[in-house]
Amino acid sequence: MSVAVKKIKKHWQLYLVVLPSMIYILLFKYYPMIGVQIAFKEFNVIQGIWGSEWVGLEHFRSFVQNPNFWLLIKNTLGISLYGIAVGFPAPILLALALNEIRNGLFKKSVQMVTYAPYFISTVIMVSILIVNLSPNVGVVSKLYTAFGWETVNFMGIPAFFKSIYVWSDVWQHTGYGAIIYLAALSGVNPELYEAARVDGASRIQKIVNVDLPSIVPVTVVLLVLNVGNVMKLGFEKIYLMQNPLNLSTSEVISTYVYKVGLIGADFSFSAAVGLFNSVINLVLLLLVNALAKRLSGSSLW
Amino acid sequence: MLSVRGIRESAGDRLFLLGVYTFLVFVLLAVLLPLLHIVSSSFSSPQAVVSGKVWILPVEFSLEGYKAVFDSKSIWSGFANSVYYTVVGTFVNVLLTVLIAYPLSRRTFYGRNLIMMLLVFTMLFDGGIIPFYLLVKDLGMIDSRWALIVPGALAVFQVIIAKTFFQSSLPEEIWEAASLDGCSDIRFMTSVVLPLSKPILAVMTLMYAVGHWNAYFDALIFLKSQELFPLQIVLRNILILNTVDPTMLSNADQMLAQTGLKDLLKYSLIVVASLPILMIYPFVQKHFVKGVMIGSLKG
Repeated sequence: MSVAVKKIKKHWQLYLVVLPSMIYILLFKYYPMIGVQIAFKEFNVIQGIWGSEWVGLEHFRSFVQNPNFWLLIKNTLGISLYGIAVGFPAPILLALALNEIRNGLFKKSVQMVTYAPYFISTVIMVSILIVNLSPNVGVVSKLYTAFGWETVNFMGIPAFFKSIYVWSDVWQHTGYGAIIYLAALSGVNPELYEAARVDGASRIQKIVNVDLPSIVPVTVVLLVLNVGNVMKLGFEKIYLMQNPLNLSTSEVISTYVYKVGLIGADFSFSAAVGLFNSVINLVLLLLVNALAKRLSGSSLW
Repeated sequence: MLSVRGIRESAGDRLFLLGVYTFLVFVLLAVLLPLLHIVSSSFSSPQAVVSGKVWILPVEFSLEGYKAVFDSKSIWSGFANSVYYTVVGTFVNVLLTVLIAYPLSRRTFYGRNLIMMLLVFTMLFDGGIIPFYLLVKDLGMIDSRWALIVPGALAVFQVIIAKTFFQSSLPEEIWEAASLDGCSDIRFMTSVVLPLSKPILAVMTLMYAVGHWNAYFDALIFLKSQELFPLQIVLRNILILNTVDPTMLSNADQMLAQTGLKDLLKYSLIVVASLPILMIYPFVQKHFVKGVMIGSLKG
Protein backbone atom coordinates (compact mmCIF):
# COMPACT_ATOMS: atom_id res chain seq x y z
CA MET A 1 0.00 0.00 0.00
CA SER A 2 2.78 2.38 0.88
CA VAL A 3 4.29 1.73 -2.54
CA ALA A 4 1.07 2.92 -4.13
CA VAL A 5 0.97 6.03 -1.96
CA LYS A 6 4.55 6.76 -2.91
CA LYS A 7 3.80 6.40 -6.59
CA ILE A 8 0.77 8.63 -6.30
CA LYS A 9 2.70 11.24 -4.33
CA LYS A 10 5.49 11.31 -6.88
CA HIS A 11 3.05 12.13 -9.69
CA TRP A 12 0.46 14.03 -7.69
CA GLN A 13 0.13 16.56 -10.50
CA LEU A 14 -1.13 13.88 -12.88
CA TYR A 15 -3.82 12.88 -10.38
CA LEU A 16 -4.85 16.49 -10.00
CA VAL A 17 -5.11 16.85 -13.77
CA VAL A 18 -7.25 13.72 -14.14
CA LEU A 19 -9.69 14.82 -11.45
CA PRO A 20 -12.15 16.93 -13.53
CA SER A 21 -12.53 14.23 -16.18
CA MET A 22 -13.00 11.53 -13.54
CA ILE A 23 -15.67 13.57 -11.79
CA TYR A 24 -17.42 13.92 -15.14
CA ILE A 25 -17.28 10.14 -15.77
CA LEU A 26 -18.56 9.23 -12.33
CA LEU A 27 -21.31 11.83 -12.35
CA PHE A 28 -22.60 11.58 -15.92
CA LYS A 29 -21.83 7.94 -16.73
CA TYR A 30 -21.95 5.99 -13.46
CA TYR A 31 -24.55 7.93 -11.51
CA PRO A 32 -27.21 7.32 -14.22
CA MET A 33 -26.33 3.62 -14.05
CA ILE A 34 -27.32 3.64 -10.39
CA GLY A 35 -30.32 5.76 -11.30
CA VAL A 36 -31.52 2.92 -13.49
CA GLN A 37 -33.19 1.51 -10.37
CA ILE A 38 -36.03 3.83 -11.32
CA ALA A 39 -37.07 1.05 -13.71
CA PHE A 40 -37.89 -1.13 -10.71
CA LYS A 41 -39.73 1.60 -8.82
CA GLU A 42 -42.88 3.67 -9.23
CA PHE A 43 -41.30 7.07 -9.81
CA ASN A 44 -42.75 9.83 -7.75
CA VAL A 45 -41.64 13.38 -8.46
CA ILE A 46 -41.72 14.49 -4.84
CA GLN A 47 -39.73 11.57 -3.43
CA GLY A 48 -37.29 11.38 -6.34
CA ILE A 49 -35.50 8.27 -7.59
CA TRP A 50 -34.27 7.22 -4.15
CA GLY A 51 -37.46 7.69 -2.19
CA SER A 52 -39.91 6.13 -4.63
CA GLU A 53 -41.50 2.79 -3.87
CA TRP A 54 -40.16 -0.49 -5.26
CA VAL A 55 -42.46 -2.35 -7.63
CA GLY A 56 -40.13 -5.12 -8.81
CA LEU A 57 -40.52 -6.24 -12.41
CA GLU A 58 -43.95 -4.67 -12.84
CA HIS A 59 -42.85 -2.29 -15.64
CA PHE A 60 -41.02 -5.01 -17.54
CA ARG A 61 -44.08 -7.21 -17.37
CA SER A 62 -46.33 -4.52 -18.73
CA PHE A 63 -43.86 -3.81 -21.54
CA VAL A 64 -43.75 -7.44 -22.67
CA GLN A 65 -47.54 -7.61 -22.54
CA ASN A 66 -47.85 -4.32 -24.39
CA PRO A 67 -49.55 -4.70 -27.78
CA ASN A 68 -46.65 -2.72 -29.31
CA PHE A 69 -43.99 -5.05 -27.91
CA TRP A 70 -43.50 -7.34 -30.91
CA LEU A 71 -43.86 -4.51 -33.39
CA LEU A 72 -41.08 -2.57 -31.64
CA ILE A 73 -38.78 -5.60 -31.52
CA LYS A 74 -39.51 -6.42 -35.13
CA ASN A 75 -38.83 -2.88 -36.33
CA THR A 76 -35.69 -2.42 -34.23
CA LEU A 77 -34.14 -5.71 -35.31
CA GLY A 78 -35.37 -5.43 -38.89
CA ILE A 79 -33.89 -1.99 -39.55
CA SER A 80 -30.62 -2.90 -37.80
CA LEU A 81 -30.03 -6.18 -39.55
CA TYR A 82 -30.98 -4.73 -42.94
CA GLY A 83 -28.55 -1.90 -42.20
CA ILE A 84 -25.71 -4.28 -41.35
CA ALA A 85 -26.39 -6.52 -44.35
CA VAL A 86 -26.14 -3.59 -46.77
CA GLY A 87 -24.09 -1.02 -44.91
CA PHE A 88 -21.35 -3.26 -43.61
CA PRO A 89 -19.98 -4.66 -46.91
CA ALA A 90 -20.33 -1.34 -48.76
CA PRO A 91 -17.17 0.36 -47.40
CA ILE A 92 -15.16 -2.84 -47.92
CA LEU A 93 -16.23 -2.94 -51.55
CA LEU A 94 -15.35 0.72 -52.06
CA ALA A 95 -11.96 0.29 -50.39
CA LEU A 96 -11.11 -2.76 -52.49
CA ALA A 97 -12.08 -0.90 -55.68
CA LEU A 98 -10.07 2.20 -54.72
CA ASN A 99 -7.12 -0.01 -53.87
CA GLU A 100 -7.09 -1.39 -57.41
CA ILE A 101 -6.48 1.92 -59.14
CA ARG A 102 -3.31 3.94 -59.15
CA ASN A 103 -2.98 6.98 -56.93
CA GLY A 104 -4.06 9.96 -58.96
CA LEU A 105 -6.54 12.76 -59.31
CA PHE A 106 -9.45 10.39 -59.94
CA LYS A 107 -8.78 8.32 -56.85
CA LYS A 108 -8.41 11.43 -54.72
CA SER A 109 -11.63 12.95 -56.05
CA VAL A 110 -13.62 9.81 -55.39
CA GLN A 111 -12.33 9.77 -51.82
CA MET A 112 -12.90 13.49 -51.20
CA VAL A 113 -16.42 13.38 -52.59
CA THR A 114 -17.50 10.15 -50.92
CA TYR A 115 -16.54 11.18 -47.46
CA ALA A 116 -17.99 14.64 -47.55
CA PRO A 117 -21.55 13.42 -46.77
CA TYR A 118 -20.31 12.10 -43.42
CA PHE A 119 -20.20 15.71 -42.22
CA ILE A 120 -23.81 16.48 -43.09
CA SER A 121 -25.95 16.70 -39.97
CA THR A 122 -28.82 14.32 -39.35
CA VAL A 123 -31.35 17.13 -39.58
CA ILE A 124 -29.99 18.19 -42.96
CA MET A 125 -29.75 14.60 -44.16
CA VAL A 126 -33.39 13.98 -43.36
CA SER A 127 -34.39 17.30 -44.94
CA ILE A 128 -32.57 16.28 -48.09
CA LEU A 129 -34.53 13.03 -48.09
CA ILE A 130 -37.82 14.79 -47.49
CA VAL A 131 -37.19 17.42 -50.16
CA ASN A 132 -36.04 14.91 -52.75
CA LEU A 133 -38.77 12.38 -52.02
CA SER A 134 -41.62 14.87 -51.73
CA PRO A 135 -44.45 14.23 -54.17
CA ASN A 136 -44.42 17.74 -55.70
CA VAL A 137 -40.87 19.12 -55.93
CA GLY A 138 -38.79 15.99 -55.36
CA VAL A 139 -36.31 14.72 -57.93
CA VAL A 140 -37.37 11.13 -57.41
CA SER A 141 -40.97 12.01 -58.08
CA LYS A 142 -39.94 13.85 -61.23
CA LEU A 143 -38.14 10.74 -62.41
CA TYR A 144 -41.28 8.77 -61.68
CA THR A 145 -43.46 11.11 -63.70
CA ALA A 146 -40.86 11.14 -66.47
CA PHE A 147 -41.45 7.39 -66.78
CA GLY A 148 -45.17 8.02 -66.80
CA TRP A 149 -45.81 6.56 -63.35
CA GLU A 150 -47.91 8.18 -60.72
CA THR A 151 -45.96 10.05 -58.04
CA VAL A 152 -46.32 8.89 -54.47
CA ASN A 153 -45.51 10.23 -51.03
CA PHE A 154 -42.49 7.99 -50.41
CA MET A 155 -41.96 9.06 -46.82
CA GLY A 156 -45.55 8.16 -45.98
CA ILE A 157 -45.47 4.58 -47.24
CA PRO A 158 -44.56 2.16 -44.43
CA ALA A 159 -43.07 -0.44 -46.78
CA PHE A 160 -40.44 2.05 -48.02
CA PHE A 161 -39.23 3.23 -44.62
CA LYS A 162 -36.52 0.64 -43.97
CA SER A 163 -35.00 0.99 -47.41
CA ILE A 164 -34.97 4.77 -47.34
CA TYR A 165 -33.31 4.70 -43.94
CA VAL A 166 -30.70 2.07 -44.82
CA TRP A 167 -29.74 3.29 -48.28
CA SER A 168 -29.46 6.93 -47.25
CA ASP A 169 -27.14 5.74 -44.48
CA VAL A 170 -25.06 3.90 -47.05
CA TRP A 171 -24.94 7.09 -49.13
CA GLN A 172 -23.76 9.09 -46.13
CA HIS A 173 -21.30 6.73 -44.46
CA THR A 174 -19.68 4.47 -47.05
CA GLY A 175 -16.85 6.83 -47.99
CA TYR A 176 -15.94 7.50 -44.39
CA GLY A 177 -16.15 3.84 -43.49
CA ALA A 178 -13.79 2.93 -46.33
CA ILE A 179 -10.92 4.93 -44.77
CA ILE A 180 -10.13 2.28 -42.23
CA TYR A 181 -10.09 -0.58 -44.74
CA LEU A 182 -7.96 1.45 -47.14
CA ALA A 183 -5.45 2.02 -44.39
CA ALA A 184 -5.42 -1.67 -43.58
CA LEU A 185 -4.87 -2.44 -47.27
CA SER A 186 -2.03 0.04 -47.52
CA GLY A 187 -0.31 -1.85 -44.73
CA VAL A 188 -0.13 -5.07 -46.74
CA ASN A 189 3.45 -6.22 -47.31
CA PRO A 190 4.33 -5.36 -50.97
CA GLU A 191 6.26 -8.61 -51.27
CA LEU A 192 2.97 -10.48 -51.08
CA TYR A 193 1.76 -8.62 -54.19
CA GLU A 194 5.00 -9.30 -56.00
CA ALA A 195 4.86 -12.98 -55.13
CA ALA A 196 1.25 -13.12 -56.34
CA ARG A 197 2.20 -11.43 -59.60
CA VAL A 198 5.15 -13.68 -60.23
CA ASP A 199 2.90 -16.67 -59.61
CA GLY A 200 0.64 -15.29 -62.35
CA ALA A 201 -2.32 -14.38 -60.13
CA SER A 202 -5.06 -12.38 -61.80
CA ARG A 203 -6.37 -9.22 -60.14
CA ILE A 204 -9.33 -11.08 -58.75
CA GLN A 205 -7.15 -13.85 -57.37
CA LYS A 206 -4.92 -11.23 -55.79
CA ILE A 207 -7.92 -9.63 -54.07
CA VAL A 208 -9.20 -12.96 -52.80
CA ASN A 209 -5.86 -14.34 -51.65
CA VAL A 210 -3.94 -11.26 -50.51
CA ASP A 211 -6.27 -8.30 -49.90
CA LEU A 212 -9.19 -10.01 -48.19
CA PRO A 213 -7.17 -12.06 -45.68
CA SER A 214 -5.23 -8.95 -44.72
CA ILE A 215 -8.34 -6.99 -43.71
CA VAL A 216 -9.98 -9.81 -41.77
CA PRO A 217 -8.92 -8.60 -38.29
CA VAL A 218 -10.30 -5.07 -38.83
CA THR A 219 -13.43 -6.48 -40.40
CA VAL A 220 -14.14 -8.78 -37.48
CA VAL A 221 -13.68 -6.05 -34.90
CA LEU A 222 -15.97 -3.67 -36.79
CA LEU A 223 -18.57 -6.38 -37.35
CA VAL A 224 -18.63 -7.22 -33.65
CA LEU A 225 -19.09 -3.54 -32.85
CA ASN A 226 -21.89 -3.27 -35.40
CA VAL A 227 -23.77 -6.31 -34.21
CA GLY A 228 -23.18 -5.15 -30.64
CA ASN A 229 -25.05 -1.97 -31.46
CA VAL A 230 -28.03 -3.69 -33.05
CA MET A 231 -30.44 -2.57 -30.35
CA LYS A 232 -28.96 0.93 -30.07
CA LEU A 233 -30.49 1.97 -33.34
CA GLY A 234 -29.89 5.65 -33.99
CA PHE A 235 -32.70 7.57 -32.43
CA GLU A 236 -31.79 10.83 -34.13
CA LYS A 237 -32.42 9.95 -37.74
CA ILE A 238 -35.39 7.66 -37.25
CA TYR A 239 -37.19 10.16 -35.06
CA LEU A 240 -36.81 12.85 -37.70
CA MET A 241 -37.96 10.55 -40.49
CA GLN A 242 -41.10 9.51 -38.67
CA ASN A 243 -44.51 10.75 -39.62
CA PRO A 244 -47.97 9.53 -38.65
CA LEU A 245 -48.22 7.54 -41.88
CA ASN A 246 -45.08 5.44 -41.53
CA LEU A 247 -45.19 4.75 -37.76
CA SER A 248 -46.09 1.08 -38.22
CA THR A 249 -42.60 0.39 -39.59
CA SER A 250 -40.64 3.31 -38.15
CA GLU A 251 -41.37 3.10 -34.42
CA VAL A 252 -38.34 1.53 -32.71
CA ILE A 253 -37.49 1.04 -29.05
CA SER A 254 -35.44 4.24 -28.71
CA THR A 255 -38.12 6.47 -30.22
CA TYR A 256 -40.74 4.74 -28.08
CA VAL A 257 -38.69 5.35 -24.92
CA TYR A 258 -38.41 9.03 -25.79
CA LYS A 259 -42.10 9.45 -26.48
CA VAL A 260 -43.39 7.54 -23.48
CA GLY A 261 -40.72 8.77 -21.08
CA LEU A 262 -39.85 12.34 -21.90
CA ILE A 263 -42.94 13.49 -23.74
CA GLY A 264 -45.43 11.36 -21.80
CA ALA A 265 -43.52 11.76 -18.50
CA ASP A 266 -43.90 8.07 -17.68
CA PHE A 267 -40.32 7.86 -16.38
CA SER A 268 -40.35 4.46 -14.72
CA PHE A 269 -41.99 2.49 -17.51
CA SER A 270 -39.83 4.02 -20.20
CA ALA A 271 -36.65 3.53 -18.14
CA ALA A 272 -37.60 -0.15 -17.90
CA VAL A 273 -37.98 -0.34 -21.69
CA GLY A 274 -34.62 1.37 -22.10
CA LEU A 275 -32.94 -0.98 -19.64
CA PHE A 276 -34.46 -4.00 -21.37
CA ASN A 277 -32.91 -2.69 -24.57
CA SER A 278 -29.45 -2.02 -23.05
CA VAL A 279 -29.28 -5.45 -21.46
CA ILE A 280 -30.13 -7.28 -24.69
CA ASN A 281 -27.55 -5.15 -26.43
CA LEU A 282 -24.84 -5.94 -23.90
CA VAL A 283 -25.59 -9.67 -24.06
CA LEU A 284 -25.45 -9.58 -27.87
CA LEU A 285 -22.12 -7.78 -27.82
CA LEU A 286 -20.59 -10.29 -25.40
CA LEU A 287 -21.96 -13.23 -27.39
CA VAL A 288 -20.77 -12.02 -30.79
CA ASN A 289 -17.39 -11.11 -29.37
CA ALA A 290 -16.92 -14.54 -27.85
CA LEU A 291 -18.03 -16.15 -31.10
CA ALA A 292 -15.61 -14.03 -33.14
CA LYS A 293 -12.76 -14.90 -30.82
CA ARG A 294 -13.47 -18.59 -31.31
CA LEU A 295 -13.91 -18.51 -35.04
CA SER A 296 -11.32 -16.02 -36.22
CA GLY A 297 -9.04 -15.32 -33.30
CA SER A 298 -9.77 -11.58 -33.46
CA SER A 299 -12.05 -9.86 -31.00
CA LEU A 300 -12.67 -6.56 -29.25
CA TRP A 301 -10.64 -7.52 -26.19
CA MET B 1 5.44 -3.54 -57.53
CA LEU B 2 7.47 -1.56 -60.04
CA SER B 3 9.96 -4.36 -60.44
CA VAL B 4 7.36 -6.65 -61.98
CA ARG B 5 5.80 -4.04 -64.27
CA GLY B 6 7.26 -6.05 -67.13
CA ILE B 7 4.56 -8.71 -66.79
CA ARG B 8 1.72 -7.64 -69.07
CA GLU B 9 -1.80 -7.40 -67.80
CA SER B 10 -4.01 -10.15 -69.17
CA ALA B 11 -7.22 -9.38 -71.06
CA GLY B 12 -9.24 -10.60 -68.09
CA ASP B 13 -7.43 -8.23 -65.75
CA ARG B 14 -7.97 -5.28 -68.03
CA LEU B 15 -11.66 -6.09 -68.26
CA PHE B 16 -11.78 -6.33 -64.47
CA LEU B 17 -10.05 -2.99 -64.12
CA LEU B 18 -12.56 -1.47 -66.51
CA GLY B 19 -15.29 -2.83 -64.24
CA VAL B 20 -13.59 -1.23 -61.22
CA TYR B 21 -13.45 2.17 -62.93
CA THR B 22 -17.10 1.91 -63.99
CA PHE B 23 -18.08 1.08 -60.43
CA LEU B 24 -16.12 4.02 -59.02
CA VAL B 25 -17.54 6.46 -61.56
CA PHE B 26 -21.01 5.24 -60.60
CA VAL B 27 -20.24 5.75 -56.89
CA LEU B 28 -18.80 9.20 -57.55
CA LEU B 29 -21.90 10.30 -59.46
CA ALA B 30 -24.27 8.74 -56.95
CA VAL B 31 -22.76 10.83 -54.17
CA LEU B 32 -22.07 13.98 -56.18
CA LEU B 33 -25.28 14.46 -58.17
CA PRO B 34 -27.69 14.77 -55.23
CA LEU B 35 -25.34 17.33 -53.68
CA LEU B 36 -25.04 19.26 -56.92
CA HIS B 37 -28.79 19.25 -57.35
CA ILE B 38 -29.25 20.87 -53.95
CA VAL B 39 -26.56 23.50 -54.49
CA SER B 40 -27.94 24.32 -57.95
CA SER B 41 -31.50 24.52 -56.71
CA SER B 42 -30.41 26.94 -54.01
CA PHE B 43 -29.09 29.30 -56.71
CA SER B 44 -32.18 29.06 -58.92
CA SER B 45 -35.33 31.12 -58.98
CA PRO B 46 -38.29 30.05 -56.83
CA GLN B 47 -40.40 29.41 -59.92
CA ALA B 48 -37.79 27.14 -61.48
CA VAL B 49 -37.49 25.12 -58.29
CA VAL B 50 -41.22 24.70 -57.74
CA SER B 51 -41.89 23.74 -61.34
CA GLY B 52 -39.09 21.19 -61.19
CA LYS B 53 -36.89 22.59 -63.95
CA VAL B 54 -33.67 22.29 -61.99
CA TRP B 55 -31.61 19.14 -62.47
CA ILE B 56 -27.86 19.53 -62.23
CA LEU B 57 -27.25 23.18 -63.09
CA PRO B 58 -28.94 26.30 -61.71
CA VAL B 59 -31.91 27.59 -63.73
CA GLU B 60 -32.67 31.34 -63.82
CA PHE B 61 -29.83 32.15 -61.41
CA SER B 62 -31.00 34.01 -58.34
CA LEU B 63 -29.93 34.63 -54.77
CA GLU B 64 -33.44 35.00 -53.41
CA GLY B 65 -33.21 31.83 -51.34
CA TYR B 66 -30.08 33.10 -49.61
CA LYS B 67 -31.63 36.50 -49.09
CA ALA B 68 -34.55 34.83 -47.35
CA VAL B 69 -32.19 32.78 -45.19
CA PHE B 70 -30.20 35.79 -44.08
CA ASP B 71 -33.32 37.85 -43.46
CA SER B 72 -34.68 35.37 -40.99
CA LYS B 73 -34.28 36.26 -37.35
CA SER B 74 -34.61 32.69 -36.06
CA ILE B 75 -31.89 31.45 -38.38
CA TRP B 76 -29.45 34.14 -37.28
CA SER B 77 -30.06 33.44 -33.63
CA GLY B 78 -29.73 29.68 -34.21
CA PHE B 79 -26.51 30.24 -36.09
CA ALA B 80 -25.06 32.40 -33.31
CA ASN B 81 -26.10 29.86 -30.66
CA SER B 82 -24.55 27.00 -32.59
CA VAL B 83 -21.29 28.89 -32.94
CA TYR B 84 -21.30 29.48 -29.19
CA TYR B 85 -22.07 25.85 -28.30
CA THR B 86 -19.52 24.59 -30.79
CA VAL B 87 -16.68 26.85 -29.67
CA VAL B 88 -17.20 26.56 -25.92
CA GLY B 89 -18.26 22.92 -26.03
CA THR B 90 -15.33 21.85 -28.18
CA PHE B 91 -12.88 23.69 -25.96
CA VAL B 92 -14.20 21.93 -22.86
CA ASN B 93 -14.20 18.59 -24.73
CA VAL B 94 -10.62 18.84 -25.92
CA LEU B 95 -9.38 20.09 -22.55
CA LEU B 96 -10.99 17.29 -20.55
CA THR B 97 -9.94 14.66 -23.08
CA VAL B 98 -6.27 15.66 -23.01
CA LEU B 99 -6.31 15.96 -19.23
CA ILE B 100 -7.34 12.35 -18.79
CA ALA B 101 -5.79 10.80 -21.90
CA TYR B 102 -2.24 11.94 -21.24
CA PRO B 103 -1.89 10.53 -17.70
CA LEU B 104 -3.50 7.29 -18.91
CA SER B 105 -0.80 6.99 -21.54
CA ARG B 106 1.93 6.94 -18.90
CA ARG B 107 3.09 3.51 -17.81
CA THR B 108 4.07 4.89 -14.41
CA PHE B 109 0.59 6.25 -13.70
CA TYR B 110 -0.60 4.10 -10.84
CA GLY B 111 -4.19 2.93 -11.27
CA ARG B 112 -4.38 3.46 -15.02
CA ASN B 113 -5.79 -0.01 -15.66
CA LEU B 114 -8.60 0.55 -13.20
CA ILE B 115 -9.47 3.90 -14.80
CA MET B 116 -9.32 2.38 -18.29
CA MET B 117 -11.71 -0.34 -17.22
CA LEU B 118 -14.09 2.24 -15.79
CA LEU B 119 -13.98 4.11 -19.10
CA VAL B 120 -14.42 1.10 -21.37
CA PHE B 121 -17.35 -0.18 -19.36
CA THR B 122 -19.29 3.02 -20.08
CA MET B 123 -19.04 2.16 -23.78
CA LEU B 124 -20.73 -1.18 -23.20
CA PHE B 125 -23.51 -0.19 -20.87
CA ASP B 126 -25.30 2.99 -19.90
CA GLY B 127 -28.15 3.95 -17.66
CA GLY B 128 -30.30 5.11 -20.53
CA ILE B 129 -31.89 8.39 -21.35
CA ILE B 130 -34.34 8.66 -18.44
CA PRO B 131 -31.88 8.56 -15.49
CA PHE B 132 -29.58 10.83 -17.52
CA TYR B 133 -32.36 13.34 -18.07
CA LEU B 134 -33.36 13.28 -14.39
CA LEU B 135 -29.73 13.89 -13.39
CA VAL B 136 -29.44 16.93 -15.66
CA LYS B 137 -32.76 18.14 -14.29
CA ASP B 138 -31.63 17.70 -10.67
CA LEU B 139 -28.49 19.68 -11.46
CA GLY B 140 -30.75 22.55 -12.54
CA MET B 141 -29.43 22.67 -16.10
CA ILE B 142 -32.73 22.25 -17.94
CA ASP B 143 -33.32 25.14 -20.32
CA SER B 144 -29.86 26.63 -19.84
CA ARG B 145 -26.79 26.81 -22.03
CA TRP B 146 -24.99 24.51 -19.58
CA ALA B 147 -27.16 21.61 -20.71
CA LEU B 148 -25.48 21.56 -24.12
CA ILE B 149 -21.95 21.83 -22.74
CA VAL B 150 -21.61 19.95 -19.46
CA PRO B 151 -23.49 16.63 -19.89
CA GLY B 152 -21.50 15.85 -23.05
CA ALA B 153 -18.18 17.24 -21.86
CA LEU B 154 -16.17 14.11 -22.69
CA ALA B 155 -16.37 11.27 -25.19
CA VAL B 156 -14.73 8.07 -23.99
CA PHE B 157 -13.97 6.98 -27.52
CA GLN B 158 -11.90 10.12 -28.09
CA VAL B 159 -10.02 9.51 -24.84
CA ILE B 160 -8.96 6.10 -26.12
CA ILE B 161 -7.84 7.55 -29.46
CA ALA B 162 -5.83 10.30 -27.76
CA LYS B 163 -4.30 7.92 -25.22
CA THR B 164 -3.14 5.63 -28.01
CA PHE B 165 -1.64 8.58 -29.85
CA PHE B 166 0.28 9.79 -26.78
CA GLN B 167 1.52 6.29 -26.11
CA SER B 168 2.83 5.75 -29.62
CA SER B 169 4.30 9.18 -30.26
CA LEU B 170 5.61 10.25 -26.84
CA PRO B 171 7.77 7.47 -25.41
CA GLU B 172 8.40 7.42 -21.66
CA GLU B 173 12.07 8.30 -22.31
CA ILE B 174 11.24 11.90 -23.26
CA TRP B 175 9.56 12.35 -19.93
CA GLU B 176 12.49 10.76 -18.10
CA ALA B 177 14.91 13.13 -19.78
CA ALA B 178 12.73 16.12 -18.96
CA SER B 179 12.23 15.10 -15.35
CA LEU B 180 16.00 14.80 -14.87
CA ASP B 181 16.15 18.45 -15.86
CA GLY B 182 13.63 19.16 -13.11
CA CYS B 183 10.51 19.41 -15.26
CA SER B 184 7.23 18.83 -13.43
CA ASP B 185 4.37 16.76 -14.85
CA ILE B 186 2.16 19.76 -15.57
CA ARG B 187 5.01 21.74 -17.08
CA PHE B 188 5.81 18.73 -19.28
CA MET B 189 2.21 18.55 -20.50
CA THR B 190 2.03 22.19 -21.44
CA SER B 191 5.45 22.64 -22.99
CA VAL B 192 6.25 19.23 -24.49
CA VAL B 193 3.08 17.14 -24.89
CA LEU B 194 0.83 19.80 -26.38
CA PRO B 195 3.25 21.12 -29.03
CA LEU B 196 4.03 17.56 -30.14
CA SER B 197 0.37 16.56 -30.38
CA LYS B 198 -0.93 18.99 -32.97
CA PRO B 199 -2.23 16.30 -35.36
CA ILE B 200 -4.33 14.59 -32.73
CA LEU B 201 -5.53 17.93 -31.35
CA ALA B 202 -6.64 18.96 -34.83
CA VAL B 203 -8.54 15.73 -35.41
CA MET B 204 -10.12 15.80 -31.98
CA THR B 205 -11.19 19.40 -32.42
CA LEU B 206 -12.79 18.61 -35.76
CA MET B 207 -14.60 15.52 -34.50
CA TYR B 208 -15.94 17.25 -31.41
CA ALA B 209 -16.83 20.38 -33.38
CA VAL B 210 -18.75 18.37 -35.97
CA GLY B 211 -20.58 16.69 -33.13
CA HIS B 212 -21.60 19.98 -31.53
CA TRP B 213 -22.52 21.66 -34.79
CA ASN B 214 -24.69 18.74 -35.90
CA ALA B 215 -26.27 17.88 -32.55
CA TYR B 216 -29.97 18.38 -32.03
CA PHE B 217 -30.99 15.69 -29.56
CA ASP B 218 -29.60 17.37 -26.41
CA ALA B 219 -31.25 20.61 -27.39
CA LEU B 220 -34.50 18.80 -28.12
CA ILE B 221 -34.75 17.30 -24.66
CA PHE B 222 -33.07 19.97 -22.52
CA LEU B 223 -34.06 23.31 -24.03
CA LYS B 224 -37.39 25.06 -24.06
CA SER B 225 -36.56 28.71 -24.81
CA GLN B 226 -36.47 29.69 -28.46
CA GLU B 227 -33.62 32.11 -27.93
CA LEU B 228 -31.31 29.30 -26.78
CA PHE B 229 -32.03 26.98 -29.73
CA PRO B 230 -29.05 25.88 -31.80
CA LEU B 231 -29.25 25.99 -35.57
CA GLN B 232 -30.19 22.31 -35.94
CA ILE B 233 -33.39 22.78 -33.94
CA VAL B 234 -34.29 25.86 -35.96
CA LEU B 235 -33.61 23.85 -39.12
CA ARG B 236 -35.76 21.01 -37.88
CA ASN B 237 -38.64 23.38 -37.23
CA ILE B 238 -38.38 24.94 -40.66
CA LEU B 239 -37.31 22.01 -42.81
CA ILE B 240 -38.95 19.00 -41.25
CA LEU B 241 -41.85 20.22 -39.17
CA ASN B 242 -42.59 23.07 -41.59
CA THR B 243 -43.32 25.38 -38.72
CA VAL B 244 -41.85 28.71 -37.78
CA ASP B 245 -42.44 30.08 -34.33
CA PRO B 246 -44.49 33.28 -34.63
CA THR B 247 -42.54 35.16 -31.96
CA MET B 248 -39.33 34.68 -33.90
CA LEU B 249 -40.77 35.84 -37.20
CA SER B 250 -39.48 38.83 -39.07
CA ASN B 251 -41.18 40.35 -42.08
CA ALA B 252 -39.21 38.10 -44.36
CA ASP B 253 -40.51 35.00 -42.62
CA GLN B 254 -44.08 36.13 -43.04
CA MET B 255 -43.54 36.73 -46.72
CA LEU B 256 -42.07 33.29 -47.01
CA ALA B 257 -45.07 31.59 -45.59
CA GLN B 258 -47.11 32.98 -48.45
CA THR B 259 -44.88 32.67 -51.48
CA GLY B 260 -43.23 29.79 -53.27
CA LEU B 261 -40.00 30.98 -51.72
CA LYS B 262 -40.49 28.44 -48.99
CA ASP B 263 -39.29 25.51 -51.09
CA LEU B 264 -36.31 27.46 -52.35
CA LEU B 265 -35.40 28.54 -48.85
CA LYS B 266 -35.01 24.88 -47.84
CA TYR B 267 -32.28 24.34 -50.41
CA SER B 268 -30.40 27.50 -49.49
CA LEU B 269 -30.73 26.64 -45.84
CA ILE B 270 -29.26 23.18 -46.40
CA VAL B 271 -26.25 24.76 -48.10
CA VAL B 272 -25.75 27.49 -45.49
CA ALA B 273 -26.00 25.06 -42.57
CA SER B 274 -23.53 22.57 -44.05
CA LEU B 275 -20.98 25.12 -45.19
CA PRO B 276 -19.03 25.83 -41.97
CA ILE B 277 -18.09 22.18 -41.42
CA LEU B 278 -17.39 21.47 -45.08
CA MET B 279 -15.08 24.47 -45.17
CA ILE B 280 -12.83 23.29 -42.32
CA TYR B 281 -12.73 19.71 -43.42
CA PRO B 282 -10.19 19.93 -46.27
CA PHE B 283 -7.69 21.50 -43.88
CA VAL B 284 -7.94 18.76 -41.33
CA GLN B 285 -8.49 15.94 -43.78
CA LYS B 286 -4.91 14.75 -43.96
CA HIS B 287 -4.71 14.44 -40.19
CA PHE B 288 -8.13 12.93 -40.17
CA VAL B 289 -7.24 9.66 -41.82
CA LYS B 290 -4.38 9.29 -39.38
CA GLY B 291 -6.65 9.98 -36.42
CA VAL B 292 -9.27 7.47 -37.48
CA MET B 293 -6.54 4.89 -37.95
CA ILE B 294 -4.81 5.39 -34.64
CA GLY B 295 -8.04 5.17 -32.76
CA SER B 296 -9.63 2.21 -34.37
CA LEU B 297 -6.79 -0.15 -35.08
CA LYS B 298 -4.79 -0.07 -31.93
CA GLY B 299 -7.50 1.21 -29.59
